[in-house]
Amino acid sequence: MSNAQIERQWTSRLRHRVVEKLPPEKLLPDTQPAYVASWIYVFGVTTMAALGIVILTGTILALDGPQWWHSSSLGHFINSMHLWSVEIFFFAMVVHLWGKFSMAAWRGGRSMTWVTGGVTFLASILAGFTGYVSQTNFDSQWISTQAKDGINATGGGAFFNVLNLGQMLMWHIVLLPLAAVVLTGLHVIMVRVKGVVPPFEETTEVSA
Amino acid sequence: MTKKAFRPDVDAPEYKGAYVPYDIIKEGAIAVLVVLILTAALALVFSSPDEKAITIKTWSNADTVDFAQTAGDELTGTSAVAGYGAPYNNNGTAQHWGFLAPEHWVGVHIPINTTNDFVINPLSDQPAQPRLTAALNEWKSASSATQSAWGAAYAKVEAKLTYSNGQVHLPTTAAGPIPVLLSYETQMARSGALDQALIAQNGFYTTNYTKPLLFISDGTYFAGLASKQHLAGDQWGMMNETGQYPGQAWLWLYTFWYQISPYNTSASGDFLVWGTMMILTALLVLLPFIPGLRSVPRRLKIYRIIWREHYARQA
Repeated sequence: MSNAQIERQWTSRLRHRVVEKLPPEKLLPDTQPAYVASWIYVFGVTTMAALGIVILTGTILALDGPQWWHSSSLGHFINSMHLWSVEIFFFAMVVHLWGKFSMAAWRGGRSMTWVTGGVTFLASILAGFTGYVSQTNFDSQWISTQAKDGINATGGGAFFNVLNLGQMLMWHIVLLPLAAVVLTGLHVIMVRVKGVVPPFEETTEVSA
Repeated sequence: MTKKAFRPDVDAPEYKGAYVPYDIIKEGAIAVLVVLILTAALALVFSSPDEKAITIKTWSNADTVDFAQTAGDELTGTSAVAGYGAPYNNNGTAQHWGFLAPEHWVGVHIPINTTNDFVINPLSDQPAQPRLTAALNEWKSASSATQSAWGAAYAKVEAKLTYSNGQVHLPTTAAGPIPVLLSYETQMARSGALDQALIAQNGFYTTNYTKPLLFISDGTYFAGLASKQHLAGDQWGMMNETGQYPGQAWLWLYTFWYQISPYNTSASGDFLVWGTMMILTALLVLLPFIPGLRSVPRRLKIYRIIWREHYARQA
């Protein structure tokens, strides 16, 4: 097989495209622009770190089924870690979101980075909600019976039955974490490809 | 060919300044470690809430009259679930805004007939008892007009319902077999058999608690417990947790609409809240493409605080 034939392979083309768009020095940079110097930048990586702890504690909770944490002190502790990592995750994510809003971080061809971040936020809200209704306690009973009215009003309740524990648990431990992780991955790749948005030029003419 | 005008809210200036060392792996590792320690510390100090789930058994023993009255409403088709509409039945008016009525368009997908599903079928599965069998036969063989007449008679005296010696008492003789049916239903509930009967309607293996949850939610006992835990809708309940724990605080805006008119007064309040939130969500996600809105951060100038060192270097 000639070199030309090899270069025409789908695999070769994909590799070239990936390396061109995201060379190793962009994927794992060792320098960054000097303007990236604020505590606000910490909240993106904090969100990802909290997501990691959420998934880790959720995975441990999943090992012995959805109810063992009610009767095990270890299980209750892991559940507590799951709860608090979720609270940290959302806190960091919201600060990250408003920080990026304040920087208009969609500028310079970064609009899809903003969009994937926004959709990740929505997927995370849904993941959190399905977790709350999967607790198999009073809280889950109350939240599910209250939430059904809003979802039913949209017509969605016919297909997304919040009173069906099995359905909610599957969404919570499989579908939504998968969506959150994939979306986060895409979001981070876009950040690495485009880099961190530069500051506004203070002398720029105004024309939205 | 003219050069495209620079749009400050869409385009970003090319950065030609300095670069500084940055260890992305170290940053990530430190973040994971800090969050792990913080999470473990919060879990150790504050733990997490776990209020035990209520059952129909605990409800009917704690507030027997409320249970029996609710069962009466289910039997006579006057409960909230009985008149809910889609996706459970066709008895209610779908929430809508103008011609937009997706609840109605989708229709019934989780059929619930409260009379049969919550009362008649569970009682019919009980071991034969002459008094119960006679009451069930009387109900089943009656015309719907007769059943409605019994229901109307029941509704008039429902508030005076009492329970003693394992029997439901109603100060009327016009309610047909309703007092007997409610007596057996209440006995069944207090023994725990009704919990199992409602769940077992889905077969041996099930993870679907739609029926018992809907039944429980029709009573006032459940809402009373939630209100004590500040979980009710008018208590910003959606973002609260049992006890003093933080709940889904990120739902504050969604919860906010339920506190104000017209959302908290309209019969289609849920639909209006969801419609409003969908529009706001679309605005948030599509912000980069909306002229005017995308200029807000530049006009707010909060970015000057974030990039103050950069601007100081430029000055």
